Amino acid sequence: MSAKITGAQSLVKSLENAGVDVMFGIPGGAILPAYDPIFDSSIRHILVRHEQGAGHAATGYAQATGRVGVCIATSGPGATNLVTPLADAQMDSVPIVAITGQVASAAIGTDAFQEADIRGITMPVTKHNFLITDARDIPRAIAEAFHIAGTGRPGAVLVDVAKDALINMVDYEWPTSVSLPGYNPIMEPTAESVRDAAALIGESKSPVLYVGGGMIKSNASAELMKLAELTGAPVVTTLMALGSFPDSHPQHLGMPGMHGTVAAVTALQKADLLITLGARFDDRVTGKLSSFAPNAKIIHADIDPAEIGKNRIVDVALVGDLKATINALLPALQVKFKSSKPDLTAWWVQCNSWRNKYPLGFDEPSDGSVSPQYVIQRLGQIVGPDAIYVAGVGQHQMWSSQFVQYEKPRTWINSGGLGTMGFAVPAAMGAKVGAPDTVVWAIDGDGCFQMTNQELVTCALNNIPIKVAIINNESLGMVRQWQTLFYNQRYSNTDLHSKRIPDFAKLAEAMGCVGLRCENKEDVDRVINEAMAINDRPVVVDFSVHRDAMVWPMVAAGTSNDDIVIAKSMAPIWDSQEL
Amino acid sequence: MSTHTLSVLVENSPGVLARVASLFSRRGYNIDSLAVGPTEDPNVSRMTIVVNVEGHALEQVIQQTDKLINVLSIIELDPIASVQRELLLVKVSTTPETRSQVLETVQLFRAKVVDVAQDAVTIEATGNSEKIQALLRVLEPYGIKELVQSGLVAMERGLKPGISHQPDHD
Repeated sequence: MSAKITGAQSLVKSLENAGVDVMFGIPGGAILPAYDPIFDSSIRHILVRHEQGAGHAATGYAQATGRVGVCIATSGPGATNLVTPLADAQMDSVPIVAITGQVASAAIGTDAFQEADIRGITMPVTKHNFLITDARDIPRAIAEAFHIAGTGRPGAVLVDVAKDALINMVDYEWPTSVSLPGYNPIMEPTAESVRDAAALIGESKSPVLYVGGGMIKSNASAELMKLAELTGAPVVTTLMALGSFPDSHPQHLGMPGMHGTVAAVTALQKADLLITLGARFDDRVTGKLSSFAPNAKIIHADIDPAEIGKNRIVDVALVGDLKATINALLPALQVKFKSSKPDLTAWWVQCNSWRNKYPLGFDEPSDGSVSPQYVIQRLGQIVGPDAIYVAGVGQHQMWSSQFVQYEKPRTWINSGGLGTMGFAVPAAMGAKVGAPDTVVWAIDGDGCFQMTNQELVTCALNNIPIKVAIINNESLGMVRQWQTLFYNQRYSNTDLHSKRIPDFAKLAEAMGCVGLRCENKEDVDRVINEAMAINDRPVVVDFSVHRDAMVWPMVAAGTSNDDIVIAKSMAPIWDSQEL
Repeated sequence: MSTHTLSVLVENSPGVLARVASLFSRRGYNIDSLAVGPTEDPNVSRMTIVVNVEGHALEQVIQQTDKLINVLSIIELDPIASVQRELLLVKVSTTPETRSQVLETVQLFRAKVVDVAQDAVTIEATGNSEKIQALLRVLEPYGIKELVQSGLVAMERGLKPGISHQPDHD
């Protein structure tokens, strides 16, 4: 038997054994014992400037790499600052593990200094969490935490460790296996359900492959391509699935949902079958649920059985990993199609008419200012599909989903479910750490950027040269858009006055980055190329854009997808046979 | 809406009740009653949860609860194929004139008197919800001073390891 080590050493050894190569965090009193062995560890620890940054960085890392992201913080405020990123990761099914220090076990429950019941606080926003008060339990808890975070439907897991558990001496033993009798993710769909799904697809005249974020989690893009080409069905990819199927593919109708393309939204509405793959019928996709895809039968493939029937009753449930599910479906369909394959010609005539009549587009501002969509479109065209794009939340996020062309999985990272403003800069930092040879652009709003830009200091000091495009419309643009449309243009508290306060270029310089500014359309390409040429430091470009630009198309919250508008008070004009 | 009895086996570890309660609270499921206690296995506790939901929502309650890592199994108990019991303690006002009538009621319902005071008796009764409600309806006119009721506990009928088959007398 080896010599005893401290619980803190056991924790760091456990993280090493779990395969952690990097973690983002900030030390503090309760977690301090762990920071001593971290000093000697092979794990790279990146000292962030705010714990929220550590959490989103772990998420960005996980989204870019498919591995479990790790963040670490102290008790009390350090831990509560992780609540938003934990909720964010859990909503988007991103595998992250958060380690927090806790006050000594004897002090728990006494309102001790920097005490917060972080296990209780994070229960509703994590897949699972642990409170460890005995040093002997550390390796098992860490092994279980990584197993739970990274398998099944991935999610956020928190491990809270009391200070005395970090200090006490223990024997170290890394568990060879994990035993969780209450946790058995289903990986393969039943043969019967696969047969039923193939039968429905074999009968459908107007199917749509409705693809969600699970496709990226399951690394099943190659299988999706085979399924799409075998069925010949139109494909729509949700906000969380962008990149899982190439935007350039002729069967891709775009993104569905509140700001989706007319073709994608309408195809779902008119379909007779939705082949739902790792998507969850989110309200931002369905619009008013009772009027969503009224004539469609539903095949729902998901690894989480609780998603089946949560929002929409299904006809066939395929519970399992998507890659395994599609691999089971392909031979079943090949057999089915041998006898008869539905003719989708008429369906494609309809889909193509929607696509051709209502492509995504934008108007140039009449006052000579730069259109935000143009900036984002040019950024995507110049930077290309090999880069990773990370967005905050709001108009810039929607324009980034619409006007950047995504061709590969894990090239688009955003906060979809929770809608966390301030996500972009720290998540881009994490993505760049996970994919150091890839160009990483954060496309951010001026509102979002002011929430978490402090992590640019972390980037500058740790050789994490991300690039940030601030789409600066001097306002909380999406909220302003709603005020324009639904609140009689009464702009209550959405004007940020951020043309020069702060001066984003100077702020970037002050944080050790290169700060650039672009105020004219003619300069857009030049400034993007200038930013692309800088690789030794982070770069921030402040793009001044037209403030009244709006995100179109739009399905107003709570209304039917049938009521999609392509511009203010402008509904698509349907052909008579479509009505 | 209709009531359903769920029998949930959970790991006997700290915070499990909070996890289940928190899940029901944040997803807006109505709990009619909840009882937790040990089982034949010291590492496992059983929760009996009575929920009041639509048929479609019941499947969601079951699936979401089953997703909790500490939940080992969850089944809905068929009221006919299970034994379901509640415990009632009720303090009923009595006068010298009404006391014998109250005691007669106690006998009829196979309940028992567990405390007697000058102006009240305390009655203990077990049974299914219908029996408990019927007893309370009969006692109500005498004046109920105080009552306390346990959550429902329930078990599948039939021969299972550790469970003996008893005829139901209610």
